[in-house]
Amino acid sequence: MTGKTLTLRLKVWRQDGPRAAGRFEEYDLPGISVDMSFLEMLDVLNERLNADGHEPVAFEHDCREGICGSCSLMINGMAHGPQKGTATCQLHMRHYRDGDEIVIEPWRSSAFPIIKDLVVDRAPFDAIIQAGGYISAPAGSAPDANSVPIPKEASDSAMDAAQCIGCGACVAACPNGAANLFTSAKLAHLNLLPQGQAERYSRTVAMVDTMEDHFGSCTNHGECEAACPKEISIDFIALMNRDYVKAQLFNRRLAGQRR
Amino acid sequence: MALDTTALDSKVPVGPLADKWTNHKFDVKLVNPANKRRFTVLVVGTGLAGASAAATLAELGYKVVCFSFHDSPRRAHSIAAQGGINAAKNYRNDGDSVHRLFYDTIKGGDYRAREANVHRLAEVSADIIDQCTAQGVPFAREYGGLLDNRSFGGAQVSRTFYARGQTGQQLLLGAYQALARQIHLGNVEMHTRTEMLDLVVKDGRATGIVTRDLVNGEVRSWSGHAVVVATGGYGNVFYLSTNAMQSNVTAIWRAHRRGALMANPCYTQIHPTCIPASDDFQSKLTLMSESLRNDGRIWVPKNADDARSPDQIPEDDRDYYLERRYPAFGNLVPRDVASRASKKEVDAGRGVGPLKNGVYLDFADAIGRLGRDVIEERYSNLIEMYDRITGEDPYQVPMRIYPAVHYTMGGLWVDYNLMSNVPGLYVLGEANFSDHGANRLGASALMQGLADGYFVLPYTIGDYLAGLLGQPVVPTSDAAFAEAETNVADMTRRMLSVKGTRSVDYFHKELGKLMWDNCGMARSTESLEKNLSEIPALAEEFWNDVRVLGNDESLNQSLERAGRVADYFEFATLLCHDALVREESCGGHFRVEHAQEDGEARRDDENFAHVAAWEWTGAPSAPTLHKEELVFESVHLATRSYK
Repeated sequence: MTGKTLTLRLKVWRQDGPRAAGRFEEYDLPGISVDMSFLEMLDVLNERLNADGHEPVAFEHDCREGICGSCSLMINGMAHGPQKGTATCQLHMRHYRDGDEIVIEPWRSSAFPIIKDLVVDRAPFDAIIQAGGYISAPAGSAPDANSVPIPKEASDSAMDAAQCIGCGACVAACPNGAANLFTSAKLAHLNLLPQGQAERYSRTVAMVDTMEDHFGSCTNHGECEAACPKEISIDFIALMNRDYVKAQLFNRRLAGQRR
Repeated sequence: MALDTTALDSKVPVGPLADKWTNHKFDVKLVNPANKRRFTVLVVGTGLAGASAAATLAELGYKVVCFSFHDSPRRAHSIAAQGGINAAKNYRNDGDSVHRLFYDTIKGGDYRAREANVHRLAEVSADIIDQCTAQGVPFAREYGGLLDNRSFGGAQVSRTFYARGQTGQQLLLGAYQALARQIHLGNVEMHTRTEMLDLVVKDGRATGIVTRDLVNGEVRSWSGHAVVVATGGYGNVFYLSTNAMQSNVTAIWRAHRRGALMANPCYTQIHPTCIPASDDFQSKLTLMSESLRNDGRIWVPKNADDARSPDQIPEDDRDYYLERRYPAFGNLVPRDVASRASKKEVDAGRGVGPLKNGVYLDFADAIGRLGRDVIEERYSNLIEMYDRITGEDPYQVPMRIYPAVHYTMGGLWVDYNLMSNVPGLYVLGEANFSDHGANRLGASALMQGLADGYFVLPYTIGDYLAGLLGQPVVPTSDAAFAEAETNVADMTRRMLSVKGTRSVDYFHKELGKLMWDNCGMARSTESLEKNLSEIPALAEEFWNDVRVLGNDESLNQSLERAGRVADYFEFATLLCHDALVREESCGGHFRVEHAQEDGEARRDDENFAHVAAWEWTGAPSAPTLHKEELVFESVHLATRSYK
């Protein structure tokens, strides 16, 4: 609300399609209000490109309030940019200075191939959920919601994990391209609740194995936690590892049970 | 405008209100488990309504093919709902009941909703909470481990269940996970980044859809025994709204062009607590949950020229205008009432902030009474969100809020079975018009979306499908599909071939300005007529001067938006028609000619207690009106009073 404007120099990754070669293109962008969001700044860039006869930059966005998880930009090498606990769509230009150069890239991970410009394909996240990221509770079969009291601590902790927006910043920030923070958050959400116990160990194995089919391995860098717009704790990775080990015991068929 | 006097059959069952749904569930035809797999159902949209419907139909054994234009079903805009979901559990022991939730919803909707639908919604509301809890939705709990509740506008009981300020996210993840399970089991075939661009109608029945693959541009036909559209609301016709950027009217509008009636499009909800716009580049507005009105007090300085910072303004110089005007409900009056009250203050020059375009929402009293910890526990994510956007800390200075377009009560007309007038086309969630009348109460959208998907459609769709037993789907080689595909391809080609000078966004913003200024919180004959002459002119300019670069064989976001904006022009025309013809004020529809002396809305039950359902005639300016008279058997129509 200060009326102040910035002139920026942008270096933006442009790539025409999944199989096309990509390149950085540079744009000088004057007249950016400090009250704009980062994505509104890109809207302005796109309006100018369109006016000059150049195809606008493709980037993903939808809710613009940090909850849908669509936005996915590496900003000066940082997933979702410099502000802690913030998705790209919630980043505002008041954090930049006049004359700044901003490098904008898509998530870089072999599990997330580029579709166009800054848009990547995050389908492997859905594959992990489909493998077991649910509680089997067909509609109509549920008991009264208060029939199973859940200690507030357990419920709060499950909620801390369940806040994950599935954006993929954890993968993009990880030097190994691991998806352990995402997978562990989804697992912890369900494994911490009484309702999630019946499938706890089969779920853990199915999700972890699917994760490993697509993503790199975790070596405890902790970059994921630092990049996560919802500040999800890497403690959940420890919980996932513990459950994975326990699953080797619990998932054995009961004595006498045949295939 | 032509009037068609053939009565619309709402198919509301006979019998006492409280027994209708129970009796109807027994009366509808069933499809036996072995036959269910012979039926293919297409589900478009994966928000709360679409995902819950797709998952539940698949659980029952139907073959489901599901579509989302997002990269994942989990991104649907239901995810952004903050505050909560209502249910008549009466866990608070404060006098809630199915009948009270029904009554509050009918009254909140300003007596413009269908009684039987609303009663059913209240009946199944409790089942939704059970279902979501079983799925692992981490609703807020008390220390004893039982579920917590909060209050919402338009109710004097606490019946709102919540998961911090991310209730929509958690409910959607529950539905998405149920859907993922069915995808894994092979019962749902999921197509992401695939947008529905036409409905295929053959021999009067909905038999399929035509989609465009947003990545490679492929136009493709899909055939099914029934089509379920759950594609959300049309708030972005105003350009600036709290809706996600991609939320659009296209799927329901194209279905409308194929014969589905559009009901009550003028019922649009302006949410009272959003962050005011800061500049011309504003791309969307951000909602601050209504739940904040539980603990926040709304006020403006009594003196319009008061330049002091809010903490320097003593109590005597503040006007807590909601508490003053509506002592019974105070800050918790329904959304339409709160929004108009804010507009009144800002119009009178008492607005706050650098652009004087907001009112204060102040937590100082609540922090003093409960402590900062409690406020943090309840609202921390909202308060942080506000801080990020404005650079101001609501723990120190009051929030500034102003109304913004948020939800649309209108939508495709459906009968009691949620089927449109086109047999085989079902419409769920915000995309239909059914349950909220002229104004939706807070925390009722999530309730309706999930009621439709988990507990209504799964019963009612069988009634239609049973009659189709043994019939194969219409092959996609049929001429009806070819015609629809050509229609889609032609429109794409047309948009790319204009090669004009102005961007899609330019036109969308211009349309949004016309809609907000002339068809927003206050509407008049004059302003609506202005729109009815200016919107077609703007549409013509669009088709002569829009510039959509790129091609239709790869991801092209401008092209996607161009199609949606083109539909908004036609839809906006219908919305203004509907608003012009409805010569009364009710809920979210406020006509300045129809106000009481104190500025409150004046309803006209004698002439307007009906649903206005519009038929497409081929020309946006000449729709045909059908009326469904609303029959109130249980509720006595009264002027709403929250005083």
